[in-house]
Amino acid sequence: MKNRELLLGDEALALGALHAGLSGVYAYPGTPSTEITEFIQEHPLTAERGIHCTWSANEKTAMEAALGMSFAGRRALVCMKHVGMNVAADAFVNSAMTGAHGGLVVVAADDPSMHSSQNEQDSRFYGKFAMIPVFEPSSQQEAYDMARAAFDLSERYRIPVLMRLTTRMAHSRAAIVTAAEIRPQNEPGFPADARQWVLMPGNSRARYVRLIDDNARFEAAAAESPFNAYTDGTDRSTGIVVCGIANNYLAENYPDGCPHPVLKISQYPLPAALVRRLAAACERLLVLEEGQPLVEELLRGVLPAPVPVEGRLSGALPRTGELTPDNVRRALGLPPRKTHAPSDIVAARPPALCQGCGHRDMYAALREVVGEYDRAKVFSDIGCYTLGWLAPFHAIDTCVEMGASITMAKGAADAGVHPAVAVIGDSTFTHSGMTGLLDAVNERSNITVVISDNLTTGMTGGQDSAGTGRLEQICAGLGVDPAHIRTVVPLPKNREEMKRLLREEIAYDGVSVVIPRRECIQTAKRKTKIRQA
Amino acid sequence: MKKDIILSGVGGQGILSIATVIGHAALAEGLHLKQAEVHGMSQRGGDVQSNLRLSSSPIASDLIPQGGADLIVSLEPMEALRYLPWLSETGWVIANTVPLVNIPDYPDAASLRREFDRLPHTVTLDAEAIARDSASPRAANIVLLGAAAPLLGLPAERLEEGIRAIFGRKGEAVVEANLAAFRAGCAHARKTILP
Repeated sequence: MKNRELLLGDEALALGALHAGLSGVYAYPGTPSTEITEFIQEHPLTAERGIHCTWSANEKTAMEAALGMSFAGRRALVCMKHVGMNVAADAFVNSAMTGAHGGLVVVAADDPSMHSSQNEQDSRFYGKFAMIPVFEPSSQQEAYDMARAAFDLSERYRIPVLMRLTTRMAHSRAAIVTAAEIRPQNEPGFPADARQWVLMPGNSRARYVRLIDDNARFEAAAAESPFNAYTDGTDRSTGIVVCGIANNYLAENYPDGCPHPVLKISQYPLPAALVRRLAAACERLLVLEEGQPLVEELLRGVLPAPVPVEGRLSGALPRTGELTPDNVRRALGLPPRKTHAPSDIVAARPPALCQGCGHRDMYAALREVVGEYDRAKVFSDIGCYTLGWLAPFHAIDTCVEMGASITMAKGAADAGVHPAVAVIGDSTFTHSGMTGLLDAVNERSNITVVISDNLTTGMTGGQDSAGTGRLEQICAGLGVDPAHIRTVVPLPKNREEMKRLLREEIAYDGVSVVIPRRECIQTAKRKTKIRQA
Repeated sequence: MKKDIILSGVGGQGILSIATVIGHAALAEGLHLKQAEVHGMSQRGGDVQSNLRLSSSPIASDLIPQGGADLIVSLEPMEALRYLPWLSETGWVIANTVPLVNIPDYPDAASLRREFDRLPHTVTLDAEAIARDSASPRAANIVLLGAAAPLLGLPAERLEEGIRAIFGRKGEAVVEANLAAFRAGCAHARKTILP
């Protein structure tokens, strides 16, 4: 039965995967990818079919579990934000070496313009680096359709496939038409070629040669893909290579059809023959791509090009930030639309910790205590509490990537910094903080770790946190002296107690852990609403 | 038919509920729709917006081009002004006049008024007072939706169906409160727009 549904790009992809016979989704929450897994968790088909949908501790464990499911013959989906690819990278790159058995699709949701991220890395580079096919939908309908196409390609070539989304695709809604057929799950079974799943050097060398050979097949598949298209045009002064959602911004600026020849790319490896055809027909090329200039760089090279290539590197488009209908319009040389002047009284309104949030009470105490020392440094991490950098707290000195708080505090302590304080959330701690804490314990590093525990993964909307209820046990199990694992309820009335604990643990020469614990007020509110309903 | 709408406000004010009601109505009318939302970090008390595009023909971009918006519908006055470069020359601004001041450099009331006065087409209202008067104090966002309704190009009864569909699971009392809020906003706008 065909249905019309209004879905986010994330949700369209999730539904496509469900309809393609998915057996499990593995993911760690991260904007803008979170809604893929949430949609699968809430969909009736998931319970009906017993599809795996529990959150993983981090992106690496997610990638590995999905690879295990693929090994066992079933279809698995792995979802993460772009920087999650860095965490999953070891498993991801080597999954190209093992190959897939059951269909294996990895979704990386990139965040150009850094709406909710620390960098603009473009996951297409990971696909190229691992030498696997990459899909990049240009519409919600394609996100739905491509999920099935990606599983098919994965099973046809026994290779993991990367699906790259960007914020505006992940978090924009449109109506999609669903497929007539909801496919059953695969029957479990094991790979015929068992050898390539044991990546010992002898096996890997043979497999690597095959993977390189297969890349020609992946490119041939991209050349024939219905998601890539060459459309001729009458104005051959410029030929346009348009990738993913850039296609929409191009169409927006030519409502009656683009006069230039256009090569639309939504499946990689880049089909070289189609690019050559476009270049042969046109005087110059313009590359419109979201993220980093992957295609432009490839076409431009370092030697004088036979055809001029323009894009983000040439300055035709801004080098940073996401594409918009407006910067694409400028790149196309079209006159700007008439509009209103910006208002000069509008002030910036940065995000802030919620009123009543426990992180606020934690920072209020920490800031006072840290202020008592001359050279105290606070190493923080990824989560709502990163907002402690802003007014009124100005309480942290660093925020780099998941888990870096503890290990950077350790390294700084090694260099003589005292107090060296780490501030990390409960979910981030179980994601990537535990191993760093073990390093610190093994060396008796003089650090104080604050695990600000709100019993959830707060920033992404309140998903389950992997260590809830067991943080003290985990810390003690890693070797922290139980006498120096202290808990406190972060409330204004406990400010003095919190300050006393922090002072005592900073004074202790060794690893100590302070756990201010109070439920996230957003999840608490939601639970109250559910109880009332 | 084409309506490009920027919904704006501060995280937590409820712009996504407005978008959901309009989306429901637009789909029932058989229109094409695209709606770009903001999720994640900026939702925490920061500025938020949603680009909502309705059209009888297929829509290309998820984002509204600058100078293309037919309407800015804002739950907060300064947040309406943030998106003026996206407003078309003939576009309307429908805004709640109650400021949400959570930053130190928030502009004063007189400069806000001056900025609104230089715009050709505005509907301004104290959505919170109207919500209180219509006995639905938590539905200021739906009052604002009501105020935008005459300019949306969608039949009011379709929007009311949307409200029923979205609030239905919360019970009849919540549905009625939101319908009252919607109608009160609608009545205010008709007084303002029609001489």
